[in-house]
Amino acid sequence: MSTRMFGAPVKRNADSKFLKGEGAFVDDIPLPGVKHAAFVRSPFARAHIKSIDTSAAAAHPGVLAVYTCDNIGPLDIEMPLLIPHESMTDARTQRPLARNDVYYVGQTVAMVVAVDRYVAEDAALLIEVDYEPLDVELDLEAAVRDGAPLVHATHPNNVAADFNQICGDPSAGYAEAEHVTRIQIQVDRSTSAAMECRAVAARFDPITGELIVWDTTQAPISVRGGLASILQLDEDKVRVVAPDVGGGFGQKVLLFYPDELLVPYAAMQLGSPVKYIEDRRENFIGSSQERTQIHMIQLHAKKNGEVVALKDFFLHDTGAFIPYGIAVAQVASTSIAGPYRIPNIEVRFQAVYTPTVPVTPYRGCGRPQSCFAIERAMDQLAEDLGLDRFEVRRRNLITENQFPYVREGLLFADGLRVSLDSGQYHKALDMVHDSIGADDFPAQQEAARAEGKYLGLGLAYYVEGTGLGPYEGGHIKIHPITGKVYVNTGLSGQGQGHETVFAQIVADQLGVAVEDVILTEGDTGAYDWGVATFASRAAVVSGNAIYKTARIVRGQTITAAANMLEADPEQIELRDGAAWIIGGNRNVPLAAVATATNPLRYAFNDAAQAATQFAPASRHDGPPLDEGQHPGLEATDYYSPECATWAYGVHGAIVEVDPDTCSVKIRKYVCIHDCGNMINPVIVDGQVMGGLAQGFGGALMERIEYDADGNPTNANFVDFLIPYATEIPDVDIQHLETPSPLNPLGVKGVGEAGCIAVGATVASGVADALSSLGGHKFHHTPITPSMIFDAINPS
Amino acid sequence: MNRIAGNTAEQSADPTQLTRMTVNGETVEREVSVRMLLSDFLRHELGLTGTHVGCEHGVCGACTVMINGRSGRSCLTFAVQADGADIRTIESVADENGDLHTLQEAFRDCHALQCGYCTPGMIMNILSHLEADDEIDLSDEGIRELLSGNLCRCTGYANIIKAVRQAADTGNWNRT
Repeated sequence: MSTRMFGAPVKRNADSKFLKGEGAFVDDIPLPGVKHAAFVRSPFARAHIKSIDTSAAAAHPGVLAVYTCDNIGPLDIEMPLLIPHESMTDARTQRPLARNDVYYVGQTVAMVVAVDRYVAEDAALLIEVDYEPLDVELDLEAAVRDGAPLVHATHPNNVAADFNQICGDPSAGYAEAEHVTRIQIQVDRSTSAAMECRAVAARFDPITGELIVWDTTQAPISVRGGLASILQLDEDKVRVVAPDVGGGFGQKVLLFYPDELLVPYAAMQLGSPVKYIEDRRENFIGSSQERTQIHMIQLHAKKNGEVVALKDFFLHDTGAFIPYGIAVAQVASTSIAGPYRIPNIEVRFQAVYTPTVPVTPYRGCGRPQSCFAIERAMDQLAEDLGLDRFEVRRRNLITENQFPYVREGLLFADGLRVSLDSGQYHKALDMVHDSIGADDFPAQQEAARAEGKYLGLGLAYYVEGTGLGPYEGGHIKIHPITGKVYVNTGLSGQGQGHETVFAQIVADQLGVAVEDVILTEGDTGAYDWGVATFASRAAVVSGNAIYKTARIVRGQTITAAANMLEADPEQIELRDGAAWIIGGNRNVPLAAVATATNPLRYAFNDAAQAATQFAPASRHDGPPLDEGQHPGLEATDYYSPECATWAYGVHGAIVEVDPDTCSVKIRKYVCIHDCGNMINPVIVDGQVMGGLAQGFGGALMERIEYDADGNPTNANFVDFLIPYATEIPDVDIQHLETPSPLNPLGVKGVGEAGCIAVGATVASGVADALSSLGGHKFHHTPITPSMIFDAINPS
Repeated sequence: MNRIAGNTAEQSADPTQLTRMTVNGETVEREVSVRMLLSDFLRHELGLTGTHVGCEHGVCGACTVMINGRSGRSCLTFAVQADGADIRTIESVADENGDLHTLQEAFRDCHALQCGYCTPGMIMNILSHLEADDEIDLSDEGIRELLSGNLCRCTGYANIIKAVRQAADTGNWNRT
C-alpha cells in the first residue's frame, strides 16, 4: 500500500458480522446442555441475615443446585481489593454470596442453577431469607456526620478513605489572592447502561482439566489470573474469553462480580456448562455505578482573574464497598485544576460508604465531576470579577511553551506524576469562541429575551489523563500460507474498533491491506500478557506496543526478502502484500517470505513451492536456524508509558430554556477536541460523539434514584432515562492534532473524552439563559425540570 | 466433584404448546413452553442469535424483529403468540451470498455501529419502515423520530441518522 493508513478514515473490519447478526456475544455462544444461573438478591439496603431456607428451591423440578455462602468452598471470601492505597484502612469488599450481612439492595445472597432461566428464577423465588433490617443513611453529607448509621461497623463516619494532595504552596497562594470564589457543586450517580448487560458462561473439561470462561469483561487476562488464584488452578488451565461485548464503559472492568466466580465454580461442581445472563434490572442493582461527588471548591485569584491557588474538598460516594480503591476520586482530585496553570493546589477527598451499589469507574471516571467543579467555579469567578467567561479562562490557560506542565505533588491514578504533555489550549478556546458565535451571542440573547425566549451560552474546558500503564504488549505473526498478518494484544474490545485501528498501524509497516490484518484480542488462549481496556488507554498503550512490534517484523521481513531477492535491505519496499525491489517488478509475496523463514522439511503448499524459487531467506552457515534465530516472521514487544498522555478539549453550547415546560433544548453545540495524532478520524469522531451522548444523558436525564430506605426507585429503562436519538442534538466536532511527545505514534486516548465536559457546558448555558431570572447557578447535574422550575420561581 | 442437589430433571415442567410460524421464509414447528418469549425462542430454540435482548421490558428495541411485516418487540411477545405469524430476523437481511443489504452497507459506510449489539434491532426497525408503503420523513427530525424506539449507548446516533439517509437515498423506497 502506498497510501498511508494511519490517519485514514478506513471502514471498520468488524462491521459485517454485526450487521448480519453474526456477532458472538456471550449468550450467543452455543453450549450444549448449558444450565442457567439466577440469583437471590437482598431486598434491604442494610440487614442482618438471620436464616436462609433453600429446601423448597432445591426440591423444585429442574433445579440442579442451590448455593449460599455455606457451600461455595474457596469462594466464601471477601473478594480482592484491586488497587490498594495508603489512604484506605481495612478496605471493604463484597463476598460472592452474603454471609451474615447485606449492604445494599441487589447484593447477591444465593444462586440457583437450573435447566433453564425460567425455572432458575422460579426457584430463586422459593428461597426464604429472614432478614433483620438495619438503619441506613442515604444522604452523602449526612452519612459522614457523627451518629449516622454505619454501613460497616469498622468505619466510623462511613469514611472509607481520606486523602489530601498538595501541589506548590497553597498557603502562599491564599495570601497572595485578592479575591476568593467559593462554590459547592454536586454531580449525581449514573450508570454505564451498556446495551448488553453483563454475562458469564463457563465450561470445565474434565479430560484436559481446562476451565473456559466466556465473560463480558473488559479485563479477561486479569479475570483469568484472579480466577486461577482463587480456584487454585494453574493459569494455563484457565482460559478467559471476552467474545464480542456489547459496550462496556467501565462497568465491565470490575473483578470480580460474584457471578464471575460462582458460574465457573458451578460449572466445575456440576460437570455441566453453566451461564448467567444478567437482566436489565440486575444490571441496575447489581453492577457498579459511578458519579456522585459533592465538591466545595475555592478559587483564590488576583483581581485580573489569574487564579493563584485552588482549594477543593469533596465527598465521593463509593457505595457499599470499595473494590476498585480510590481510583475514581484520585482521578477527580488530580484533574481538578483542568487546563489552567494554577500553581498552588490543595485537594482533599473523603470516600464515603453508602448502602448502595458499589462504585467503580464509569466512562469519565471522576473527570466529569472535577470538570464540573472547576468550570462552574471559573464561570463564577468571571461573574465575581466582572470578566468575560472566555477571558478569565484565557488568562489562566497553560501556554504552548509551558509544556510539559508538571503538577508536582499530585499523583495520578497510575501512581505517576501529573505532567500535561502537550496542547494548544488557547487555540482551542479561540476555535470554540468563534464556532459558537460568542461575539454575536449577547445581541441574540437580548433579542430572544425580548420575545420571551431564554437563550444561554455554555462553556467548559477539560483535560483528560489517558493511556495509563503499566504496559501492554503486541504480538504479530505473518501467516505463511496466506500472507495475512495476525495480531494479538492483551485488551478486549467493546466496540471501539481496535481491530481496525491496530490493523491500520500494522498495515503501514508491513505493506498489507487493512483487511488482511486480523486482530485477536480478549482471549487468554491466544495471548495472555497485558492489563485491560480502560482509562482511554488502548490506542496509546497497545497501539504503541503493536507499532513497535510491527517495526521488528518489518525489519525481519525486509532482511529475509533482501536475501531471497539477492538485494540490499535498503533496496526493499513492502507494499501490496509483497516485498519489492524499489523501482522494479521483482517481488516476493509475504506468504513466501514467511514460509521461507521457516526451514521446512516438506513443501506442502504453493507458498512453500514459491519460496523455493528464491535464494534462502537467511544467510548463515550451519544448521537451518542460526543460533538465536526463530522461525517465521513473528515478534512480540511491549510498550510501557512513563506517564499518562493528556488529551483535552473545550465545549461550547447555545441552549434554550423553555420556561413553560422547564425543558432545555440544545440549539447549537461545538466540541473542540485534541487527542494528538488520530489513527482513524471517523472512529475518533464516533468515540467522541458517543461520549457526548452519554454526557447529554448525565447533564439532563440520568440519575440513579434511591429512596430514604435505600431502595432503588428507577432501576429500569422506563424510569431511568437514557437518551434516544430524539434527545441528542447535532454536534459540530472539530479536532486539533497536537502530537504527544511521549510515545512513538504521538497519540493520546479518546475513549472517555466526549462525556467529560457536557454537564458543565449545559449547566453553564442554562445558568446564562436564566441569569436574568434570579441568578440560579445550576451547580448540580442532572439538571431536572424541577430545578429549572425552582430557578424560575424562587420561593 | 461434590454434587450439591440431587434433582436432575433435564427440562422444566412448564406446559407446552405446539407452535408453528414462518421464520425467514422457512416454516418451523416446535413444542414450546407457553411462557417462552419469542426472543428466547428465536435465539435459543432456533439458534438465530442475531436478535439481541437488551432490557426485556420493551424499551431498548435491541430485540426488534419484523412480525407480519411490522417491527415488533420479540421480548414482549410470547412465542405462542406468534403462532401463524411471518417473522423476519436480521439473519434474513443480507443476500444469499452474504453480501450486505443497502441499509447494512450504509451503516458500514457511515460508521453507524460500534459494539453492534443494538444494530440488528435498529436495522429491523428501519427496514420495516423503508419497506412499508408509508412515506418516510427524511428530515433530521423525521429520522430521529423513526429511530426513537431503539436505544444505542455507543454512537450518539449521529452516524445512524446519516446511514438511514444514505440508505433511503440509494434504495428504492417511498420517501418524502
